[in-house]
Amino acid sequence: MSDSLVAYLILAGVLFSIGTFGFLARRNAISMLMSIELMVNSVNLAIIAFGAFTKELQNDASVIALMVMAVAAAEATVGLAIVIAIYRNRRTPLVDEYDAMRQ
Amino acid sequence: MTMDPVLLAPLLAAAEGGAEGVSGGIYDTLIPLIPLLPMLGFLFTAAVGRRLGKRAHIVPVGLVIVSWLAAMVVVYAALTGQAPFGEHGHGVTLWRWIPAGADASTGFNVDVGLLVDNLTACLLIVVTTIGMLVHVYSIGYMAHDPGYWRFFAYLNLFMFSMLLLVMADNWLVVFVAWELVGLCSYLLIGFWYRKRSAALAAKKAFLVNRVGDVGFALGIMAIFVSLGTLDMRETFTRIGELPAATITLIALLLFCGAVGKSAQFPLHVWLPDAMEGPTPVSALIHAATMVNAGVYLVARANLIFSHAPEAMVVVAAIGIFTAILAASIAFTQTDIKRVLAYSTLSQLGYMFAALGVGAYVAAIFHLMTHGFFKGLLFLGSGSVIHAVHEEQDMRQMGGLSTKIRWTYATMLVGSLEIAGIPPLAGFFSKDEILGEAFKFGMYWVWIIGVIVAIMTAFYMFRLMGMTFWGSFRGPKAIWDKIHESPAVMVVPLVVLAVASALLGMFLGLPLGDSTIAHWLEPVFFESEELLGHTGAEYQLFGIDGVLILVSVTVAVLGMVAAWWLFGIRWLVFRRNPQPERVNAVAEANAVTRFLYRASLNKWWFDDLNHLLFIVIGGRVGAACWWFDRVVIDGTVNGIGGAVSGAGRALRQVQTGRVQNYALGIALGLLVMAGSYLIIVQR
Repeated sequence: MSDSLVAYLILAGVLFSIGTFGFLARRNAISMLMSIELMVNSVNLAIIAFGAFTKELQNDASVIALMVMAVAAAEATVGLAIVIAIYRNRRTPLVDEYDAMRQ
Repeated sequence: MTMDPVLLAPLLAAAEGGAEGVSGGIYDTLIPLIPLLPMLGFLFTAAVGRRLGKRAHIVPVGLVIVSWLAAMVVVYAALTGQAPFGEHGHGVTLWRWIPAGADASTGFNVDVGLLVDNLTACLLIVVTTIGMLVHVYSIGYMAHDPGYWRFFAYLNLFMFSMLLLVMADNWLVVFVAWELVGLCSYLLIGFWYRKRSAALAAKKAFLVNRVGDVGFALGIMAIFVSLGTLDMRETFTRIGELPAATITLIALLLFCGAVGKSAQFPLHVWLPDAMEGPTPVSALIHAATMVNAGVYLVARANLIFSHAPEAMVVVAAIGIFTAILAASIAFTQTDIKRVLAYSTLSQLGYMFAALGVGAYVAAIFHLMTHGFFKGLLFLGSGSVIHAVHEEQDMRQMGGLSTKIRWTYATMLVGSLEIAGIPPLAGFFSKDEILGEAFKFGMYWVWIIGVIVAIMTAFYMFRLMGMTFWGSFRGPKAIWDKIHESPAVMVVPLVVLAVASALLGMFLGLPLGDSTIAHWLEPVFFESEELLGHTGAEYQLFGIDGVLILVSVTVAVLGMVAAWWLFGIRWLVFRRNPQPERVNAVAEANAVTRFLYRASLNKWWFDDLNHLLFIVIGGRVGAACWWFDRVVIDGTVNGIGGAVSGAGRALRQVQTGRVQNYALGIALGLLVMAGSYLIIVQR
């Protein structure tokens, strides 16, 4: 374990950027959901790092991180359900073919 | 159960026979019949006339003759003062047209009512008699026209409107009739609507009349605003209550309408062009009846004018100025009908001059005699035009006196009348106008009037010389085929000639105590008292005799001058036309050259109007249009364009692709984070 907050934050930033890039660049809905997970987890990592390096936060950071995980799980569940529902309708996982709202 | 008295009022009025509550007996039926019969004729002919072909005239002409008979009965009873007419006439209220307001005193209530008093009776004589003769004449004149039935329908509609105009006892009804005669004038000037000049002339007449009508409408509104009533008789009895400035304003606004309808300066330009219509129309509408409506209006409103001496000066000035202006233009016109049209303008100017000096009786007298002899002259000119195969240019005529004798004889009578040769009608009425102007101290009106009298005699005998005397100047082929018009046209001419010749003596004698003065005394008495024109002794061997001598002398002078230039072949007078002498007079010096050119170009009034309203008005209109198009439309369309353009641009953002939205979110996040770093951290 490094004792530099900056190192954790850089790691979190890199993870978040990879997640963002994946969300923007991938056409597959499943991959996009995975990218979102990545972003959420990078945020979680940042929170935990802040918690570890800041005396005042103490256990609160862990609580927030657990909360984020719960939300992320819920979000993944709902997101996956939507993707499956659309897939059954459109027979494709590619989001750029989901153009019903343009018409 | 009680009934609303307002709703009941017309019924009561009908039951009691008129607003006065006096039962008029048979006259309550006859008076409404006079305008109603031509209306029926119009409706009938408009509905089925097309299918009647050459028999289309039977119903309208017949109904007008019956209307004439009814009018004559009513006129006789009114002028002899029989019951129920008495001194101040008899009114018949037909129905309540506009019932508004709770009770009769404060509400706005307009009754359609007909009033026959002595003034209306005088007008009825002119309108129905000439109307009837023109109807008969038209049977011959329009015989070969494809629009035969249409012509009679319009003529009947005109008769209805004109009779309503002179009989109505309410300003609003008068205004409606006023517009109706304007409409008929428009329809009949443009009767040959395929002819471009006729269509344009009709439009011109309509538009120029609108200018005057605006004034008339404003005058009626002013009456209602200040007095709260539109009933004519109530207006006249209460007009004295108003301040002098209001009365002057009302008088001038009413006169504005009269100027338009009677074609006085500066709205005189429509009447000469109105000659594009068929000649019977010119005779009936544009000489004998409709153009007199303005004179009638001022005479009817004599109490308003008598309370406003300033307005009367304006009336006199415009009248006498129109008289001399039109007479000077008549000098050089070559179209036979246009000479007569300018002559009509000039004579109407006389009438307004008479009204302006307060000689109301003389004005109505001249209106009557002029209606007859000008109707005669126009019908005669129609007969001439008919004879020379629709040629109207007098330069293509000449020497017709040997070919169309009846037309010649009747037109000679008409010319002598308008020139003012005793004992014909024009002499009495014109002399009375000039004499009264002199006696009431309006010397400038008298002097110009005398000059106009010379000019009148001159241009009328120029017309006679160019048309009937000398030798024929048109093609030989036409000369051989010239023939007198059919009896149906000649008889009205003869009737009019005899009637108009005798009318002056019947109405104008004895001098100074004439029949017409007796007839019209109840109508004008109050005004004459207001103006202080009563009680003057008539001196046949004093001032009045001198005035008569002067007016006869100038008439003869004008005639002789015309003979000297344009020739004559009548009784013992024989002389050939002298065209080179005409040129010599016209080109004598700079002044005469200018006058000649001014007369020939109608004092450039059409050009002035063209400059003012077509060129300058057109430019102003174009500028307004430019402003509207560029600035106002530009602003409105610019706002619309900007909004829709922005919408079109922003539409690109809504791609429907999740990734694009996500990119937006990510960029937004970057911006927020970046601004946080830059602004808050610093």
